[in-house]
Amino acid sequence: MTTVSRDELRELARLARLQLTDDELDGLQSDLTDILDHMNALRELDTTGVEPMTHAMDMGQRLRDGSVAESLPRDEALAAAPRTDDGSFVVPAILPSGEGS
Amino acid sequence: VSEAHQLGACEIADGVRGGTLRAQELCRALIERIARIDGELGSFLRVDEEGAMAQARAVDEAVAGGADPGPLAGVPVGLKDLLVTKGLETTAASRILRGWIPPYDGTVVGKLRGAGAVLLGKLNMDEFAMGSSNEHSSVKPCANPWDLARVPGGSSGGSAAAVAAGLCPIALGTDTGGSIRQPASFCGTVGIKPTYGRVSRYGLIAFASSLDQIGPLARSAEDAALALEVIAGVDPKDATSIDAPVPAYRAACAGDVKGLRIGIAEEMGGDVVAGPVADAVAGAITELERAGAEVVRVSLPHTRYALPAYYLIAPAEASSNLARYDGVRYGHRSEHQADLVEMYEASRGEGFGPEVKRRIMLGTFALRAGYYDAYYKKAQQVRTLIRQDFERAFEKVDLIASPTSPTVAFEAGARKDGMEMYQADIFTLSCNLAGLPGMSLPCGADPDGMPVGLQLLAPALGEETLFRVAGAYQRLSDWHQRTPEALS
Repeated sequence: MTTVSRDELRELARLARLQLTDDELDGLQSDLTDILDHMNALRELDTTGVEPMTHAMDMGQRLRDGSVAESLPRDEALAAAPRTDDGSFVVPAILPSGEGS
Repeated sequence: VSEAHQLGACEIADGVRGGTLRAQELCRALIERIARIDGELGSFLRVDEEGAMAQARAVDEAVAGGADPGPLAGVPVGLKDLLVTKGLETTAASRILRGWIPPYDGTVVGKLRGAGAVLLGKLNMDEFAMGSSNEHSSVKPCANPWDLARVPGGSSGGSAAAVAAGLCPIALGTDTGGSIRQPASFCGTVGIKPTYGRVSRYGLIAFASSLDQIGPLARSAEDAALALEVIAGVDPKDATSIDAPVPAYRAACAGDVKGLRIGIAEEMGGDVVAGPVADAVAGAITELERAGAEVVRVSLPHTRYALPAYYLIAPAEASSNLARYDGVRYGHRSEHQADLVEMYEASRGEGFGPEVKRRIMLGTFALRAGYYDAYYKKAQQVRTLIRQDFERAFEKVDLIASPTSPTVAFEAGARKDGMEMYQADIFTLSCNLAGLPGMSLPCGADPDGMPVGLQLLAPALGEETLFRVAGAYQRLSDWHQRTPEALS
């Protein structure tokens, strides 16, 4: 049985940049424990020497010409942003002390 | 004369190109039908009346001027809301994308427009395609047209429900672990998940990039074939799209099954399924045998590991793909934003629903240093074993038949989230893990009249074989011609 602790859950949420309520953490703790329990079925399989499959088709990287092509105009790329200023995306302060905009 | 909602896509395209049908009348009739019955059904998230009527008018004007509008001339098509449409709100049924107006069209959307299709609007789905019942839509539930108390399946539930209810002859869905085939099975329609890379994913909101594929749902195999001919093909904007010619799928539907070797596997039915689903699938296979196919037993010994492997790989890829929803460039931004990291966390916490959060957490767990080898890498190795199972089986047979889902559509609210819900996908997952094409087609009903789906799996790029069998079966049966009484 793989039990996911509350601290571990909080750390996962931090890594995923996901704010969760205490109720959500309660639910996820039992869900993840239950799901990972099923995942442990994989452990009974000996996979020594089996190549991991990362892609469904065997194909190489296709390269395109390095030529200049049309791209999205800046106004359109910015149109859906919650906040913009002078052709840029605007975000809250990066440092918690709140310097700058 | 058939009414608009009874016409198939091939009939419509032929009629519009030949001048006997008018695209604008068809479009108007279906928009009126949606207004009349979709309030109860919930298959459309938004109808683009203005855009659709303008496209229909352009098609009629082209025909009047002696031009050919294309192979889908005047055919009304619905799009799963995971497909990006220029100028038309696209949300993946998630709060985090509410109000997003994309500045570009996905490749398949552009291809449909170019072929003369009339795009009616965007269809309901589980949020970010994560779900098997459409109950994870953040907007509204979608019902099954055969019994409004039951789910339509998922995640392309709106696509299957809309086609079954006669709201559009063709809908596009997407399939990461069964999300086209399972709802097609639950709603009694045809649905095909093409070979990985057969259809460009450019402009498809990503869930699990090594598994996602776009495909059509329709009432007949021939209509699905017509749609796939239009949307398939290599795309410079998707480096994983396959550079191979697109065969004449519609012509393949006219083929017969004489001499075709159909594999059945104990692991994909016998042990797990009983009752009306098993009977209907066995009946369909017997019919195909009578029509000249040969039934061969095969073994897919790693099938039971597909579920755990899938629910590590897909959430791992999803947790990475969904990192882009951070409230900076588009989508929801929280008001609670003392600093940048808090803005990210709050925006994502407010924007994502419970199933999406569950999968992001599971995926983050699987990819975490220290667990990576035990979970993610192990799952990728199992993926190789599952692919090898199929390679060995396809040395002996041309395709593999099984039930699409172990059950018919279940009642809304009947399944708890997590593992209980994930069981609905046990026969559909391995096809995505191996990158193969798969189809579901209606092959029977249970005593309550709920549709049963037959799943057919073929080797990579074997879509023609699927259409050949489906076309032949639909000439021998009339399951695909039944319509739900509740909404007629």
